[in-house]
Amino acid sequence: MDLTVLWFILVAVLFAGFFFLEGFDYGVGILLPFLGKSDGERRAIINSIGPFWDGNEVWMLTAGGAMFAAFPHWYATLFSGFYLALFLILVALIVRGVAFEFRSKDDRPAWRNFWDWMLFLGSLLPALLWGVAMANLIRGVPIDARMQYAGTFFDLLSPYTLLGGLTSLLLFTLQGALFLALKTGDELPQRARQAGLKIGTGAVAALLLLLIMSYRETDIFTRIVPGIAAWGALVALLLAWWSLSSRSYGGAFILNGLAILLGTAALFGGLFPRVMVSSLNPRWSLTIYQASSSPYTLKVMTIVALTLVPVVLLYQGWTYWVFRQRVKARNLEY
Amino acid sequence: MDALLLARWQFGITSVYHFLFVPLTLGLSVLVAIMETIYVRTGDETYKNMARFWGRLFLINFAMGVVTGIVQEFHFGMNWSEYSRFVGDIFGAPLAVEALAAFFLESTFLGLWLFGWDKLPKALHAACIWLVAFGTNLSAFWILVANSFMQEPVGYVLRNGRAEMTDFFALLTNPHVLYQFPHTVLAGFVTASFFVMGISAYHLLRQSQLEPFRRSFRLALITGVISSLLVAAVGHFQGQYLVNAQPMKMAAAEALWESADPAPLALVALVDTKDQTNTFEIKIPALASFLAYNSFQGEVKGLKDLQAAAEASYGPGNYIPPVAPVFWSFRLMVVAGLWLILLSFYSLYLWRRRRLEEKPLVLKALLWSIPVPYLANTAGWLMAEIGRYPWIVYGLQRVEAAVSPGVSAAAILTTLVAFTLLYGVLAVADVYLLAKYARQGVETTPATRMLDNSREVSLWI
Repeated sequence: MDLTVLWFILVAVLFAGFFFLEGFDYGVGILLPFLGKSDGERRAIINSIGPFWDGNEVWMLTAGGAMFAAFPHWYATLFSGFYLALFLILVALIVRGVAFEFRSKDDRPAWRNFWDWMLFLGSLLPALLWGVAMANLIRGVPIDARMQYAGTFFDLLSPYTLLGGLTSLLLFTLQGALFLALKTGDELPQRARQAGLKIGTGAVAALLLLLIMSYRETDIFTRIVPGIAAWGALVALLLAWWSLSSRSYGGAFILNGLAILLGTAALFGGLFPRVMVSSLNPRWSLTIYQASSSPYTLKVMTIVALTLVPVVLLYQGWTYWVFRQRVKARNLEY
Repeated sequence: MDALLLARWQFGITSVYHFLFVPLTLGLSVLVAIMETIYVRTGDETYKNMARFWGRLFLINFAMGVVTGIVQEFHFGMNWSEYSRFVGDIFGAPLAVEALAAFFLESTFLGLWLFGWDKLPKALHAACIWLVAFGTNLSAFWILVANSFMQEPVGYVLRNGRAEMTDFFALLTNPHVLYQFPHTVLAGFVTASFFVMGISAYHLLRQSQLEPFRRSFRLALITGVISSLLVAAVGHFQGQYLVNAQPMKMAAAEALWESADPAPLALVALVDTKDQTNTFEIKIPALASFLAYNSFQGEVKGLKDLQAAAEASYGPGNYIPPVAPVFWSFRLMVVAGLWLILLSFYSLYLWRRRRLEEKPLVLKALLWSIPVPYLANTAGWLMAEIGRYPWIVYGLQRVEAAVSPGVSAAAILTTLVAFTLLYGVLAVADVYLLAKYARQGVETTPATRMLDNSREVSLWI
């Protein structure tokens, strides 16, 4: 296989891994103020993702780094073009990262409450904005002949892209609820289930509407594989909802994770071989071949990635094994 | 104000701020790992408590380093898209490897370390913090590989209007990185040593928790003496190397306008950039030549000759970096370094004679010297980066060609103001928490009591 294609797939895999993993810890952050009634419960909720969230975030950093290394023009056009959106994500991630650390370093209720809400906001904004960004990627944005974004921040906000954001927000929040149902104890799993059922209903409606609108706004259904993946995501989501209602939390978590992965696959499959779709002129769209690094760089990076990725997967997987037990509010032994 | 200037300010502010947190992370992770290793080998609970105490301070600092580092990774695409297009083939690779090889390691094993005190066997738990320490220092290596390419491009060819990589190995063995990496990592050890010595001195002054803080002090004293001396030595050789590799930077660091043989070293100078002269200076004859060549003879090129040479190779333009900031940051770095060497050696002398705790003035000096390595680190980077101007990639791309053409000055101003305000607020919260926990001292809570105590027992939340 052509290394350019391989790297497109690798970037897609990194984004898929990022959405799958960080999706649930964004969701947990969003649910924190609503599901945690006491300080102990809130600590249990945060501790459930405590050992994982930072490692999950590295998936995003690696996706960004891989994009930079393998497709510099994609990286340059995307991040200079989606400037303010990305800036908001960065601010959210800053606030979120320190909130984890600062929250319990002081036991005044006002301090803790403040950082809980920062965790909420810091999780909500990226969950929403990454969806908006991805919807823009596939729908197309004004890219001119010089590979430059020729629009403003508000060109990124359309009913379709906002719906994309809402969908990712709901899918991630549902994933967070499912994770909490799996990982917490006492009354929290029950509360997470109730929340998950409501959010799941919303997610089904949003995803269905997004798929229907995608027929008009995008060209992903002109090809068979992305089309199947897109509808497959909806099927997986419905099954996840059904598993949740029959209290099979593990199955629901996997199925909703599958919905996220299939959604990402539909997106990147629909893009291929383009990386940025120009809404001004199809010929100005960036393709993987125009955007890519030299064959030599791709070769070096392939060797590095094929060596390191399996190792990373192994030790990250081991982390989930070490912390496989439920986190209970009465028993925070850390 | 134009977009270029704002983008430069933004990069300057955010990177200097980010680098306030990085050096401590580099050194303190290793010190904590050493403490925990001693605990594992001797079973002495004091070392466990020490590792937990310094680990907590490490974390408060680490979190700030991580979140400000995310901003840096995306900066290149946001504000410097033309730079990213021009060198992405080369510059992106070390960033991606940094994420794959180092960030995953640090973040995953830090999570295991934090939450794994009672879940992992002791030795495995200690191995986790060693992997964190290894990861942070490895990450410094990769980022310096990337930075060194900007200082001294190697292993590339110009093709299709951009720099393309031809030799990855050349990138890793860039002579520039061979000086810059040890200098930076050692500076991190100095920072951590003085951080630990300063806080320990505070407790020794107050005669509180003598046992853990005496041990902490001793460990930091040893690393402090060694690393402060080594960082100066490496810095000296780095300077000698730069006289040839980046003569313009070194000439600016000396505020040397005219070439001279032997060249004097100006201790202080009032720089007049417009007339290309110093209106006042105190100088030591032949010292610059000596520092450059270990000999009181040898020509050091002046800024004017270097400017003429640069015009001959690159065409008309101003190739002289802002002289005064480079000159003064160089001096600030050196003076701070000398102060730290003197202080650590004097402390060592007193310690050996068991008289340190009788000298409140020295203990106070140690406490108040915690910021000094930070000043030196910042000044060092200012010298390195401002001294590179007008180039963003030395000899290949000028800074004005690198900025994002599609991003408006208003957008950059908005984010510049927002980042500055946010960083300011976070700095206050960070220092407040560090001071609070540093003052509180080592907790001696045994592991068994933590089970039924749901109050503040966690390192993380």
